[in-house]
Amino acid sequence: MIRRLILLAAIAAVLALAAFWYLTAPASVPASALAAHTPDLANGKEMFYASGCASCHAVPKQPDKIRLGGGLALNSPFGTFYVPNISSDPKDGIGAWTDAQFITALIKGTSPEGEHYYPAFPYTSYQHIRFDDLRDLFAYLKTLPPVPGSVRDHDLPFPFNIRRTLGLWKLLFLDGKPLPPDPSRSAQWNRGAYLVNGPGHCTECHSPRNALGGVIASLRFTGGPSPDGQGGVPNITQYKLKSWSEADIAETLESGMTADADRVGGNMVEVVRNISQLTAADRMAIAAYIKSLPAVEGHKPPPKKPE
Amino acid sequence: MFVRTILAALAVGLSVGAVIAQQDPVTTREDLMKANNKHALAVVRMMRGQAPFDAAAVDAAFAQWADTAQKLPSLFPDNSKTGGDNRASPKIWLNKKDFDAKAAAFAKAVAENHDTAKSSLDGLRAAIPVVGKACDNCHEDYRLSKQ
Repeated sequence: MIRRLILLAAIAAVLALAAFWYLTAPASVPASALAAHTPDLANGKEMFYASGCASCHAVPKQPDKIRLGGGLALNSPFGTFYVPNISSDPKDGIGAWTDAQFITALIKGTSPEGEHYYPAFPYTSYQHIRFDDLRDLFAYLKTLPPVPGSVRDHDLPFPFNIRRTLGLWKLLFLDGKPLPPDPSRSAQWNRGAYLVNGPGHCTECHSPRNALGGVIASLRFTGGPSPDGQGGVPNITQYKLKSWSEADIAETLESGMTADADRVGGNMVEVVRNISQLTAADRMAIAAYIKSLPAVEGHKPPPKKPE
Repeated sequence: MFVRTILAALAVGLSVGAVIAQQDPVTTREDLMKANNKHALAVVRMMRGQAPFDAAAVDAAFAQWADTAQKLPSLFPDNSKTGGDNRASPKIWLNKKDFDAKAAAFAKAVAENHDTAKSSLDGLRAAIPVVGKACDNCHEDYRLSKQ
């Protein structure tokens, strides 16, 4: 009797492992899926600033924002991530990658070695970037200087250090759905929607997350605790921005000054450094989209602990 | 007898002064920042064409910011890390020398841009973004954002 049970348990375990292995298989985009493409470096540069690559991937504690050798430590509830080298270095960076490998990384969150990336890399937003824009971005990145040196592994406790489990996370939170334009809206609004939800990845900070670290879709843009545990990120729906005009929002994105003459602080200072490099038209498009976000209250911030 | 009275009065005066100086640095610095914003809004309204250019108001704004910059380093004693509507990051106390250096840089930016700002509306438009960046210099690392 016991032997039978043990045998059944063993078979169940093997089946469960096989199912797990199948469900968590990393996806990729094959080179055969890509048409011929002539890179547009000006567009690649626009995508670079819209995506904010330098904010995580530039070597920390030095002023040159196009030295993308990585090394920044990102604290999170799941441990500490160390941002990798994405410079054009062929050995330690991405200089030897193909277009298909770059697209796979940003759309599927899968490395050229076929491993899952952690969603500290915001592929949940980058998955909406169009192939042509990704190829232009990749071409632009390869014009930036090579930086030798690979970065140490992440410091994550069990079970978060098992990369394969991210396959399950992706089944839950990486929908792979494209972001089709809304024909009832203007071209400017659609451009803004694309910039915000794709390269801009604004929801990744401006939304609350569940216990598994996935964005709570119904509360997107309503803000929440800061991902690094320091302070909070504001609600940017009309619940909080009702008194702001589109011009006010565009101004903030360019100068960091808010509608009431305050300054954005914390990580948003860095965001403004990037978005200020976009064209004025792109900032106005972002502003038009943000201004259109319906008012949603979101979670109340936790009460301040008494002294 | 007379000397003792003088000494006693001095002791009381000094200790009362010390108490006032230490009185709730959290409220003091929050009030300073609120006043900074009030003056910034007045100046920004001129830049937006919502109010006429007023050199006296520009002077008042720059005087307020200079006063803040001078007082800032002493308004973060160790016992003021929590309380009130506090947005001071714990990093201030871990990097006090850097914090003080940034306050000094803010003072410098205010001093260097005052004349340009009060000279004309164009001067104001050139000077205020430079001062704003000096505000960001501290706020990026040392002011917690609110949800």
